[in-house]
Amino acid sequence: MSTTTTHHQDAVMDYDEALATFDPVMGLEVHVELHTNTKMFCGCPTEFGAEPNSQVCPVCLGLPGALPVVNEKAVESAIRIGLALNCEIASWCRFARKNYFYPDMPKNFQTSQYDEPIAFEGYLDVDLDDGTVYRVEIERAHMEEDTGKSLHIGGATGRIHGADHSLVDYNRAGIPLIEIVTKPLVGAGERAPEVARTYVAALRELLRALDVSDVKMEQGSMRCDANVSLRAKAGEPTSAEQLAVPLGTRTETKNVNSLRSVERAIRYEISRHAAVLAGGGSILQETRHWHEDTGVTTSGRVKSDADDYRYFPEPDLVPVAPSRELVDRLRGTLPEPPAERRKRLQNDWGYSDLEMRDVYNAGAAELIEQTVSAGASPSAARKWWLGEPSRRANAEATDLVSYAADLGFTPATVAELDSLVRSGRLNDSMAREVLGGVLDGEGGPTAVADARGLELKQDDGALEAAVDTVIAANPDVAAKIRDGKVAAAGALIGQVMKATKGQADAGKARELILGKLQ
Amino acid sequence: MTDLPADLTRATAAVLGEALADKTISSVELTQAHLDRIAAVDGAVHSYLHVDPEGALAAARDVDGRRSTGETLGVLAGVPIAVKDVMATRGLPTTCGSKMLEGWIPPYDATVVAKLRAAGLPILGKTNMDEFAMGSSTEHSAYGPSRNPWDLTRIPGGSGGGSSSVLASFQAPLATGTDTGGSIRQPAAVTATVGTKPTYGGVSRYGLVALASSLDQAGPCGRTVLDTALLHAVMGGHDPMDSTSIAAPVPPVVEAARRADVSGLRVGVVKELGGQGYQAGVQERFDESVQLLVDLGAEVVEVSCPNFEYALAAYYLILPSEASSNLAKFDAMRYGMRVGPEGVEAPSAEQVMAATREAGFGPEVKRRIILGTYALSSGYYDAYYGSAQKVRTLIAQDFDAAFEQVDVLVSPTTPTTAFAFGDKLDDPMAMYLNDIATIPANLAGLPGMSLPAGLASEDGLPVGFQILAPAMQDDRLYAVGGALEGALTDRWGGPVLNGIPDLPTAPADRTGV
Amino acid sequence: MSSLTRADVAHLAGLARIELSDAELDRMVGELGVIIESVAKVQQAPIDGVAPMSHPLPLTNVTRPDVVRPSLTPAEALAGAPASDQQRFSVPRILDEE
Ligand SMILES: [Mg+2]
Ligand SMILES: [Zn+2]
Repeated sequence: MSTTTTHHQDAVMDYDEALATFDPVMGLEVHVELHTNTKMFCGCPTEFGAEPNSQVCPVCLGLPGALPVVNEKAVESAIRIGLALNCEIASWCRFARKNYFYPDMPKNFQTSQYDEPIAFEGYLDVDLDDGTVYRVEIERAHMEEDTGKSLHIGGATGRIHGADHSLVDYNRAGIPLIEIVTKPLVGAGERAPEVARTYVAALRELLRALDVSDVKMEQGSMRCDANVSLRAKAGEPTSAEQLAVPLGTRTETKNVNSLRSVERAIRYEISRHAAVLAGGGSILQETRHWHEDTGVTTSGRVKSDADDYRYFPEPDLVPVAPSRELVDRLRGTLPEPPAERRKRLQNDWGYSDLEMRDVYNAGAAELIEQTVSAGASPSAARKWWLGEPSRRANAEATDLVSYAADLGFTPATVAELDSLVRSGRLNDSMAREVLGGVLDGEGGPTAVADARGLELKQDDGALEAAVDTVIAANPDVAAKIRDGKVAAAGALIGQVMKATKGQADAGKARELILGKLQ
Repeated sequence: MTDLPADLTRATAAVLGEALADKTISSVELTQAHLDRIAAVDGAVHSYLHVDPEGALAAARDVDGRRSTGETLGVLAGVPIAVKDVMATRGLPTTCGSKMLEGWIPPYDATVVAKLRAAGLPILGKTNMDEFAMGSSTEHSAYGPSRNPWDLTRIPGGSGGGSSSVLASFQAPLATGTDTGGSIRQPAAVTATVGTKPTYGGVSRYGLVALASSLDQAGPCGRTVLDTALLHAVMGGHDPMDSTSIAAPVPPVVEAARRADVSGLRVGVVKELGGQGYQAGVQERFDESVQLLVDLGAEVVEVSCPNFEYALAAYYLILPSEASSNLAKFDAMRYGMRVGPEGVEAPSAEQVMAATREAGFGPEVKRRIILGTYALSSGYYDAYYGSAQKVRTLIAQDFDAAFEQVDVLVSPTTPTTAFAFGDKLDDPMAMYLNDIATIPANLAGLPGMSLPAGLASEDGLPVGFQILAPAMQDDRLYAVGGALEGALTDRWGGPVLNGIPDLPTAPADRTGV
Repeated sequence: MSSLTRADVAHLAGLARIELSDAELDRMVGELGVIIESVAKVQQAPIDGVAPMSHPLPLTNVTRPDVVRPSLTPAEALAGAPASDQQRFSVPRILDEE
């Protein structure tokens, strides 16, 4: 898409070298679209992917005369998010107008919150990859509205630069956003990029557990802006000497929209800042654009005195003053904190750390939980979900939950499959075949097994059990067969015949042995 | 129907409502009479920016049809009305007197307009106004000024000069207005008509093109206190589409207007709104009306509102600040005018916005937008906007203190009678001073009314009498207004409007609207 | 009290996205100077320790239920557009992103 774009190539310093000289400080601003039924200030639906300008009304189109009315559910979601982030909830706060002109913003002001956010002073504890915990301090979480979306026409790149006009769709304009802003994150040292990634991942998990947003970074329902600054290194990252050094000039990298990009973009900016500073230059306070494809940031708009947003209290809205009763009631609706939940589930299911991480990376925890409560064993649930369904979801570039939901493939389906194995009707390879049929849309597990005539005969069951026992008792022979020495199978067939007192079909036994070992 | 005049356009809305109810007249007949009057005199007065004969007659036919089937209709069903062009009307042009919105046809109705339609009032057309309601003379209309039917060389007030001149020239029995700093009351005062700015939040703002959100309030305009009350009752009430709408029933304005009783009522004359700076003939008519109230049994005292002297300054910071933001949406992207900068090939969106706003806004609008931009900008916010908001608190406190002593406050509506076109056009501050007596009510969100107090002796032009009441006590305006109107018309032997000179008839020129 | 320079007014006009001719700019500097001098009177009011009032109503918590209301049709939405294409509002090239 951007093959014809050439970026001015900034100098970068080797990351380790940069960290030897400088101490990075980050600030993260995450915008989350709430998945309310309607927009922040009007009754238009919020469905993603609707045809252009089909979800707009006088209010969200900014027509003369239209007035906003606050979505009650959005306020409740904001409070729940604030509580889950251990924030204080304002007893009285207002919306403000942030005034600036931009074609995708219908009123040419954004209705947002300024110095009176609904939630403030919180934190989120984040598990780093090695299990240590970093506390991300939250400055504020406030309510605002999204803008429309522009399609840039003309020019080679589809990007804003070089386009000769743009086409605007206001369906997204007015969708409720919660902006979550961290305090400056200090003391992370070389792990700053990892802290950023794990924070965004933990936030995403939390928001999903709260059921307030789709949190789909690829669709833009969760978006991250990353601020980075460097200061001279004066000691260990968390040392008093280091913390006393004033912050450097920061840059803000906009719309970094995957976990991997968050980590890469911050790492890149640290290396770039370091090169500039080491070369005696100074950092320009500006916005930067992240380019996923090339892995670099490029210069955007320089922040200046011209950024005068002329905030003032929104006169078309009245203050939001959540009662203590409301806040307490909403506190009662909070889900178990994700970190605690994860530990509890791992314990209940008996998974290793690695297995648990795979489950989370696949986004399969809820599915497995439901599958287990539908009667499957935790190990079977994990095996089935992380197998073919995950592979197919990946191939279709979607996540497991949406893939399964679209297909009507439920935890109950997986539990049914597992029960067919456990009852002895299907063996493992038959079950895999059945699963394939189910995912191909041929019906439920029992129906697919019936239609395909898959059923383990009673004596086949005994034969298979004997084959498994013999393989397990002869690992050396099994290894030879796996390495391709098919002739070695004879020794195992003999033992199977012996174990079944000659009742078995030798040909079938051979087939089974080779099937399991090749 | 004894008091139904031969010329239906001379009748009050209350009388017309009764004549329609007992089928003495039909709405089609009545609406047509007004359309004929418009055709005859609006060329001279220029009250309307847009007339909608087909729509009005269709609505009239509908009401007549429903009435013939025995359906119970509201008291104003079938009485035609003129709507200020600041209110969004589905399918009817809405320009706010600006080139910026020339030809814009809203896809929705303002709540007030929806209520008028639901109550069966045929909409005759849209009335002229100062551009985006900024002004006190209609001279800031991009489509030319409306004229005062008392003297065509003088202003009909503003911003609602279209609505006031419609009433004074009998081109409609009722009209709507909006009042941000006096735009209903000042035009009423200079044309000898009646206008009420209800309590802030008493009438929905949904669909009114916003000037200053915390000050704007729509209200009724009529030729009598009772007519105005009848319209107030139709327009008012809670609207879930307006977050600042009060969730309470409309105060009993019609009953109050009919009762028209001030005996035992405590009336406060605001010391700071009168005397020096007020035209002698205005002060004279005002004092005379106050004496009438005493005669009617009211108890009159003088009260002081010391912070009113800062009201004008606070108003001219708060209004431009909010307006600068409210008018940012006029950017040539989604509706309205779009022009490119001269001599620029392939201009950017930014350049097109700036060029359109240059071409589409008149000088007063630009002045106020830039003033508001300044007052809100970082570094000046506290000194200007912030201070103005504190003054607002002081004004509200002055009112609170005053209403501990009295039930209503009164003053002349304007310092002078109607001035001549061009008199104050080049001096913004002089123009702003017109609203000195009306502005405090907007800052505090209180209801106010202007009704005719007679003609000034030195120029024979109308003088307005203003009544102010505490929030949600709008009915008090009508009780006092009704009583005073009764006493004055008795003294005059009929409404003061009966003495208005005849208008020349001339065809209207509404090209380009 | 600060009085506005020509450059100040030009800057404000830029923020307000209004192109002003030289003549307009000159006139505006004078007029705004007079107005600002006059409105600066608010600073002389006894406002020390007074709370600002941003709204005449003491209302709080006015919300609506999260229930869908009918939107406009795309045709209605686009009816007033100076230009449109592909069911979208067509706008001139955008200089840079916010
Ligand atoms: Mg924001
Ligand atoms: Zn909408």
